[in-house]
Amino acid sequence: MNVEYMGLKEISGPLVVIDGVKDASYEEMVEITVGRNKRLGRIIEIYGEMCVVQVFEGTRGISLENTRSRLLGKPLKMPLSMELLGRVLDGIGRPVDGLGEIFPEKSRDINGEPLNPVMREYPRNFIQTGISSIDGLITLIRGQKLPVFSGSGLPHNQLAVQIVRQAKITDAGNENFAVVFAAMGVKHDVAEYFRQSFQKSGVLDRVVMFRNLANDPVVERIVTPRCALTVAEYLAYDKGMHVLVILTDMTAYAEALREISSSKGEIPSRKGYPGYLYSDLASIYERAGMVKGCKGSITQIPILTMPNDDITHPIPDLTGYITEGQIVLDKNFALKGIYPPINVLPSLSRLMKDGIGEGYTREDHPHVANQLFASYAKVQEVRALASVIGEEELSPVDKLYMNFGREFENRFIAQDFRENRSIEDTLDLGWELLRLLPKEELDRLSPDIIDKYYTVPESKKGDF
Amino acid sequence: MENSSHGTIYGINGPVIKVRGNHAFQMYEMVLVGHDRLIGEVIRVFETETIVQVYENTTGLKPGEPVISTGKPLTVKLGPGIIGNVFDGIERPLERIAEKTGIFIKRGSIMDNLDRNKLWHVRMLARPGDYVNQGEFIAEVKETESVIHKIMVPPGIKGEVIEAVGDGEYNIDQTIVKVRDGKTIHNLSLVQEWPVREPRPYYHRLPLNIPLITGQRIIDTLFPMAKGGAAAIPGGFGTGKTLTQHQLAKWANADIIVYVGCGERGNEITEVLEDFPKLVDPRTGRPLMERTVLIGNTSNMPVAAREASIYTGITLAEYYRDMGYDVAIMADSTSRWAEALREISGRLEEMPAEEGFPAYLPSRLSEFYERAGRVENFNKTEGSVSIIGAVSPQGGDFSEPVTQNTKRFVRCFWALDKALAYTRHYPAINWTNSYSEYSQELSEWYSVNAHPEFMDKKAKISRILQEEEKLLDIVKLIGSDILPDEQKLVLETARAIRQGFLQQNAYHEQDTYVPIKKQYLMMDSILRFYEKAVKLVSIGVPVSVIRKSGAFEELIRIKYNIPNDDFSAFEDLNGRLEKILEEIEAEYKK
Ligand SMILES: Nc1ncnc2c1ncn2[C@@H]1O[C@H](COP(=O)(O)OP(=O)(O)OP(=O)(O)O)[C@@H](O)[C@H]1O
Ligand SMILES: [Mg+2]
Repeated sequence: MNVEYMGLKEISGPLVVIDGVKDASYEEMVEITVGRNKRLGRIIEIYGEMCVVQVFEGTRGISLENTRSRLLGKPLKMPLSMELLGRVLDGIGRPVDGLGEIFPEKSRDINGEPLNPVMREYPRNFIQTGISSIDGLITLIRGQKLPVFSGSGLPHNQLAVQIVRQAKITDAGNENFAVVFAAMGVKHDVAEYFRQSFQKSGVLDRVVMFRNLANDPVVERIVTPRCALTVAEYLAYDKGMHVLVILTDMTAYAEALREISSSKGEIPSRKGYPGYLYSDLASIYERAGMVKGCKGSITQIPILTMPNDDITHPIPDLTGYITEGQIVLDKNFALKGIYPPINVLPSLSRLMKDGIGEGYTREDHPHVANQLFASYAKVQEVRALASVIGEEELSPVDKLYMNFGREFENRFIAQDFRENRSIEDTLDLGWELLRLLPKEELDRLSPDIIDKYYTVPESKKGDF
Repeated sequence: MENSSHGTIYGINGPVIKVRGNHAFQMYEMVLVGHDRLIGEVIRVFETETIVQVYENTTGLKPGEPVISTGKPLTVKLGPGIIGNVFDGIERPLERIAEKTGIFIKRGSIMDNLDRNKLWHVRMLARPGDYVNQGEFIAEVKETESVIHKIMVPPGIKGEVIEAVGDGEYNIDQTIVKVRDGKTIHNLSLVQEWPVREPRPYYHRLPLNIPLITGQRIIDTLFPMAKGGAAAIPGGFGTGKTLTQHQLAKWANADIIVYVGCGERGNEITEVLEDFPKLVDPRTGRPLMERTVLIGNTSNMPVAAREASIYTGITLAEYYRDMGYDVAIMADSTSRWAEALREISGRLEEMPAEEGFPAYLPSRLSEFYERAGRVENFNKTEGSVSIIGAVSPQGGDFSEPVTQNTKRFVRCFWALDKALAYTRHYPAINWTNSYSEYSQELSEWYSVNAHPEFMDKKAKISRILQEEEKLLDIVKLIGSDILPDEQKLVLETARAIRQGFLQQNAYHEQDTYVPIKKQYLMMDSILRFYEKAVKLVSIGVPVSVIRKSGAFEELIRIKYNIPNDDFSAFEDLNGRLEKILEEIEAEYKK
């Protein structure tokens, strides 16, 4: 198919319209030549002989007359090979590290296909991150999609790096483990920070990095996570690897989607985002999981910054409706100097119920987690009251809650960027904190669990 | 185009296809799109163009490819083999798709909805010479150990049975009965077809005066659902919509469960598939999967099929209702269905009403919820379809269009609350915003079948919770220490009600499902204790003394300590609590 179409009918934002096209197919790739420079685009609407094309590199410098366009006869495909490990690619999967071509074993449509729900395996394996608040209260499970809801200026990148460095993803060693990292619209130094930390922790040769930086074309961002997930699926389902996928920043991704939608003149729903934002995000997040008859897994940690720290904004909101929980970072904690500034109350891991407790982590895990949540929720009530009547006026029990709240934040939530705690340490610490409260207050615990764990074991008494 | 049953693709925009070259397409007709014969449905007919929504991914389609008319609307196949199965939004069996295309769903997989090779053991009811009417049972098949599938005369057919096979093994295609209606002869098999967008007919509606018992205390006691009723569960993400739906699918006393995963997570379908075969139906002692059918059109599957999934589900439900069964259908989430409508509408460039939703959203919602009901069927049996729809309001804000419009068409509203969920108070159903308009009509049933004083106790429990609500406003400002003791007692009792009665742990073996009798006895114990404690407080006993006795903790732990199948322990408990109070009284009087 070597027909070239000269010129364009219309240009609008990142979109161009080509007229007189014969034999175009929906979502087919188009190569647009402007002078000596070639750009890639994708057909997103066809009407008769008119095609609306989304140009990945943007439309700057394009006029109605200075282009030649050629249909490429196929949708956008990602070349796949084990050689991708250790490589840095641009937002549409072309190497940018100067280490040469990659010879693909196969290539696949980046949109992927929906996983058949009957072929999924329900995720149950605990991933120890060494971070108490996560392991204890928002447990990450292999095959889960668990986003980090953050705000500008918060240490979500450090947290992601710490998770990658400390995560025990495989039961045995780590040779079966890979990281797929997709940067969308982030600053150069952020991408560099990630690269260096991967290098420092010695995992760089197991990382595939996709880089669409803040000054890279916006439209390219639309395909970056899809390219990344196509690689992740290849590593997990063809090669049996456990893949951790980090997508950052999903907010930049959604904004790119909004930009294209408004260029198309589509009717917006909330805050200008297109009505299909939910389905679109789902087509990314649902590509996490485990499947029957296959060793590998895809665990996703998407990172997004909440505009105005507003959790009801469409991006975090629709993300929360799709993912299996969320880790919420909170400015107020960061201001108090707490790292990681995780607010556990709005955070949740929906898959933890099946991956913790006897046979997985430890028998008492669900109970401690429940009680810590309930007691810490009560701390909020007491604090609200204290702010009205003053801490001194509180009842003796309420004073204990105030103390519990402080200790919980300073010892359980807060931990050093380098500190890697075992799940046993985390749970023991949880009990230590619960002992700051009288037994009668622990209404989520059954008497036998209290007897077994609350009462300080004789042998350990000396420790306190 | 000369061929009148063909059109050709002219435009493509996501799942929406514009077709030219044929003006004979009918509204809502099913069509086959492109060389791969993707299934589609006609949704608009204009003078020069026909608009089709395609139930599969349209990548790679080209203008000029054919669109073939089928002459019939989007239908489902109704017959044995539905129960225990998992289908996509247009009734394609996902297990069979997996056999063909592996872990991913590839498109263009046209296949039989029901297994056509399987032989069913058929027991014949119709005999030659019988005169049969629509809906009448002509045969029976044991579909699963728990479900007898009645083979019925399809709606609109009546006449004399002129031939009938004997009992034996038949597949779904074989004719088992021939019926003559005047000059026409109808060949009836085990299967019939029905257009999903059309409600199946029934003889007449019956009053909604029997509860759908769910084993969930806050629902059965405070906000009960009627068999044949419609309920909504709205709530922000992570507040417990899906878990509540799963709980109802597991424990509601319906004969058949239709679970529609509409635009939600794949893993949630997987979870049902893993759990239900292992869980035992308390009424039949058989695995729950034997009364359940799943429709899974997850969020990453095609959006047009998501739109259809709700109708497919409700049509299956009505079909089993026609056999005289009580059917409950869970739709998780109706918001995703509404969004599918919005997406298609947006691609058609229709004038939107609120938040981009089409102006016909309310009428579509009402048509759907109207398909709930308890009815007398043509065959004289009684059956019901109860609808429980999850609603996922954007930003967790109940003032958005889907929640608001749903509210108009359901009479049970179980409002999930983020604040409760954050404190892990589950189920996070808010007892002040929720309501059930069925309470009144169901009160007689409760008085007769649960306990004569059931409604009375329920009212008292509600009253204590209301009082607590008022008191908490004061406590927020000044703390609870300076409240008078009778009010402190209200707070303590309300706490016991919240933690001991309203909170229910879905993951606890005993607490996950609680029989209605036990619900009554729990209320009874709490109220007995409260009423006696009120007397003590009135003679000056401080609440702190009562609190120290550990009695409230005992009340809170009833759910774990007293098993579901042995209520004798209630008497001991009541006696013990009474003694505690007597001792306190004696001590105080000294
Ligand atoms: N009755 C309950 N008992 C114990 N845990 C519960 C209960 N209800 C909800 N939960 C907890 O809340 C979590 C979220 O519930 P669920 O998945 O049902 O939310 P949802 O409202 O369907 O969210 P989404 O809209 O995102 O799908 C569950 O994973 C579970 O941990
Ligand atoms: Mg849900």
